[in-house]
Amino acid sequence: MNIFGRLHWDDLKLWEVFHDFSIDSLVASGAAWGAVFAFVALIGWITYLGRWGWLYREWLTTVDHKKIGIMYMIMGFVMFARGIAEGVAMRSHQATALDGGVLSAYHYAELFSTHGTIMIFFVAMPFINGFINYLVPLQIGSRDMAFPMLNQISLALTATGAALCMISLVVGAFETGGWTAYPPFTSAAFDPGPGPDYWVWAIAISGFGSTFSGINYSVTIYKMRAPGMKFMFMPVFTWTALCTGILMTFALPPLTVAAIMQALDRYLDFHFFTNDLGGNMMNYANLFWMFGHPEVYILILPAYGIFSELVSTFGAKRIYGYTSLVIATMSIAVLSFMVWLHHFFTMGNSATVNVAFGIATGLIAIPTGVKVYVWMTTLWRGRIRFTVPIVYMAGFLILFTIGGFSGIILANPSINWQVHNTQFVVAHFHNVLLPGLLFGTLAGVHIWFPKAFGFRLDERAGKITAMLWIVGFCLTFLPLYVVGLMGYPRRSAAFDDPAFVPYMIVCVIGAFILLTAFAGLFATLYISIRNRDRLAVPLGDPWDGRTLEWATPSPPPPWNFPVIPEVVSRDAFAKEKSEGRPYVLPPEYRDIHLPPPTAAGLVIFLATTAFGFAMTWYMWWLAILSVVVVIGWLVMRSFREHEEVVIPAVEVRRVNNAWIEAIQLGKGVNRDHETSSANRGYAASDYLKEGA
Amino acid sequence: MSQVEQNVHPGMNLGYSGDTKHAEVNVFGFWLFLMSDLVTFGIVFAVFGTMTGATAGGPGPEEVTNLHSIALQTALLLGSSFGFSWASLSMKYHDERWRTLGWLAIAATSALGFLVIEFIDFLHWIEIGAVPQRSGYLSALWALVGLHGLHVTAGLLWMGTITAQILRFGLTDKVKSRVTRMGLYWHFLDVVWVGIFSMVFLAGVA
Ligand code: HEM
Ligand SMILES: [Cu+2]
Repeated sequence: MNIFGRLHWDDLKLWEVFHDFSIDSLVASGAAWGAVFAFVALIGWITYLGRWGWLYREWLTTVDHKKIGIMYMIMGFVMFARGIAEGVAMRSHQATALDGGVLSAYHYAELFSTHGTIMIFFVAMPFINGFINYLVPLQIGSRDMAFPMLNQISLALTATGAALCMISLVVGAFETGGWTAYPPFTSAAFDPGPGPDYWVWAIAISGFGSTFSGINYSVTIYKMRAPGMKFMFMPVFTWTALCTGILMTFALPPLTVAAIMQALDRYLDFHFFTNDLGGNMMNYANLFWMFGHPEVYILILPAYGIFSELVSTFGAKRIYGYTSLVIATMSIAVLSFMVWLHHFFTMGNSATVNVAFGIATGLIAIPTGVKVYVWMTTLWRGRIRFTVPIVYMAGFLILFTIGGFSGIILANPSINWQVHNTQFVVAHFHNVLLPGLLFGTLAGVHIWFPKAFGFRLDERAGKITAMLWIVGFCLTFLPLYVVGLMGYPRRSAAFDDPAFVPYMIVCVIGAFILLTAFAGLFATLYISIRNRDRLAVPLGDPWDGRTLEWATPSPPPPWNFPVIPEVVSRDAFAKEKSEGRPYVLPPEYRDIHLPPPTAAGLVIFLATTAFGFAMTWYMWWLAILSVVVVIGWLVMRSFREHEEVVIPAVEVRRVNNAWIEAIQLGKGVNRDHETSSANRGYAASDYLKEGA
Repeated sequence: MSQVEQNVHPGMNLGYSGDTKHAEVNVFGFWLFLMSDLVTFGIVFAVFGTMTGATAGGPGPEEVTNLHSIALQTALLLGSSFGFSWASLSMKYHDERWRTLGWLAIAATSALGFLVIEFIDFLHWIEIGAVPQRSGYLSALWALVGLHGLHVTAGLLWMGTITAQILRFGLTDKVKSRVTRMGLYWHFLDVVWVGIFSMVFLAGVA
């Protein structure tokens, strides 16, 4: 038996362009070379800086929720670079796709499959996991997640999925059935190659990670809240994180089961979803969307949470209608499990069933509408500052509403029959994902970046970038509504109606603007790092924040809070400020116990990546070895004595007293000077009069 | 005791503090895991439900159901759960390691018996051509029964680890907390088995 299984030299995409030169192979090989170069350059750079030890100690083995959150965000942005490049490649192709196009149909299919898979699982999911990880323990006044090591393992499992997608770019191929990977199109009979196998293992392995994350978030929010923090005192973002945690716990198993059943069909010749011998593809469609629909709420709810925090912070008002916001969030979470069938109205359901699911889908508009009104009424007569987050918010409010309306249109089964699988659908989901999830993420980065790194991001660069995102989005995706209604099918490499051409040209221009916007993010970062002294806000509260995460220095110490705060109301920090007693020295300090660093995540990452790769290429020995390593390592570890890192009380006192002293020496900055260099993170609270 | 160490949350909390508080967090987390696992089983059950007719002319429920063997398996698995309950009780009331270990050994032996008989059933299925490759129905059957069997196997491995930990550390708080969680898992597998036993085998031949 060959130790490399079915892997051959020819599977390396690097060579493709030399065997058979064309634009198509140039794009494929070029991407592969690009990935390899980027990887080698990264390794070389770290070696050159001599930072391996630091990387290992400070990041790769950490269990600090804040650092894990930051690593999720970095992973998301790295994968985002690839996802955007693919989007632009697809749009460029489509601009030339009248009766052909520059890429092969196969390559186009691979592109929308990796693009969709990566954007959903390895960009959007890491973004929301990043925010939840970073913010929740700080907002609820806790030192860490309920299960810090499990948290690290979840990150590792997500990274495994991302790594498998990246490997597929260089070695072998990806599947061509879209991010949903419907069998029997992805069955062994139709596509025996490695592509669907990469998909199966990337999804199944990262699916376990997400399930564990969901459990961890839920337990953290149920059990680790600071004393006195009742449910109805929790910040809105924490509420959305709780709902997302619950959704992840219950919605990911259907996906994992569907992926593993698909693997059984492919590897062991089972008949779950095959065409013959009693297989039933509709089971797959149901399982996938039983996950898939809640998934979109897993992604959007935390973004709603960010926007909710945003309107009250940058409107300088208490959130209007907190209770209705909480009820709306919960209703959406529950309803999201009852609508999955709207993804396949056309696949042979009875009219009655379609109607029932259509109505259920429409119902979600009610709580969503409540939210939109809550955000607007919070901003109404607020003391709004036109900072970067508000620019994103403005784009979000208008564009997301349009996206929501197109969703209502799609919820009607009879209309859906007309536009199903056209570009109309592509327009709809990009319309909710970009203005919703992506703008939320980017606004959130602007709000909490100073918390995480101690300096603000440059406002001007940030505003230009935000405008580029908004304009780029409109140009790239709004025309798709039109061509969709004109009958341009989705996932189609070519078209034959010249009427589409002008629209496709607008789209490709938009796509390049989006590419510029992506570059704008890095420009903003670069400019801000250069000016970090002027932008520094070490005192921790640059925006006159309302919730507990602003009551710590920036960046917060590893232990978050010197003593666990006691909470007596909603918006705990705003309350302290309004009563004129923020930043009090605690009467006494105690030793703080924190969980120790561990290599668990690293071991699991290496072993599961090896497993996924080995299964894809039929290297059975390696697959078995990696399973043995994971199980053996976990069993051995459970025998280790319980260790802790103890931070002595004097150290906590030193750090905390120095911070409070700096605040007492400083001068509070009011909102008019928020974006000037006078803002060192000590906000002079000037909230509008609040009725209690 | 300061306010900080008391639990002033409403609802779920049982009012423990200190180390026991973390045990409570662990147990609560484990309950959530079991609920998630229950969704997994529920889905495999549902798939099985849709595939009961999909025998494609191959062996059906009559051929794969051997009620004697199923009765014996049920007795052994329930017996194992029973043994585990005694292990938990003796841990709680006697706090004496050999007694707990004795019950654990009974629970493990009984579960091992279950697995052996299940394995013999599988061999028989292969013999009569009731392999998962034969039809959608058989794929779903093997997946459901196999998933449960895999859980039992993992549980045995876990029980072995706990046994070694009791020998090495004694009945420390940490070990006790693990036994508690293992108990939840073990009884959960019984509940699932009752589902399989009634919905797959009894309903299949009824
Ligand atoms: C930023 C620029 C982006 C561009 C230019 C772009 C472009 C495209 C294109 C051309 C398709 C394929 C349409 C088809 O032929 O059916 C597509 C599909 C898709 N995109 Fe994007 N996209 C972008 C961003 C995003 C983002 C941010 C997300 C999610 C967070 C996303 C999620 C998806 C998904 C899920 C699909 C469906 C894939 C499939 O058809 O199976 N995209 N996108
Ligand atoms: Cu949906």
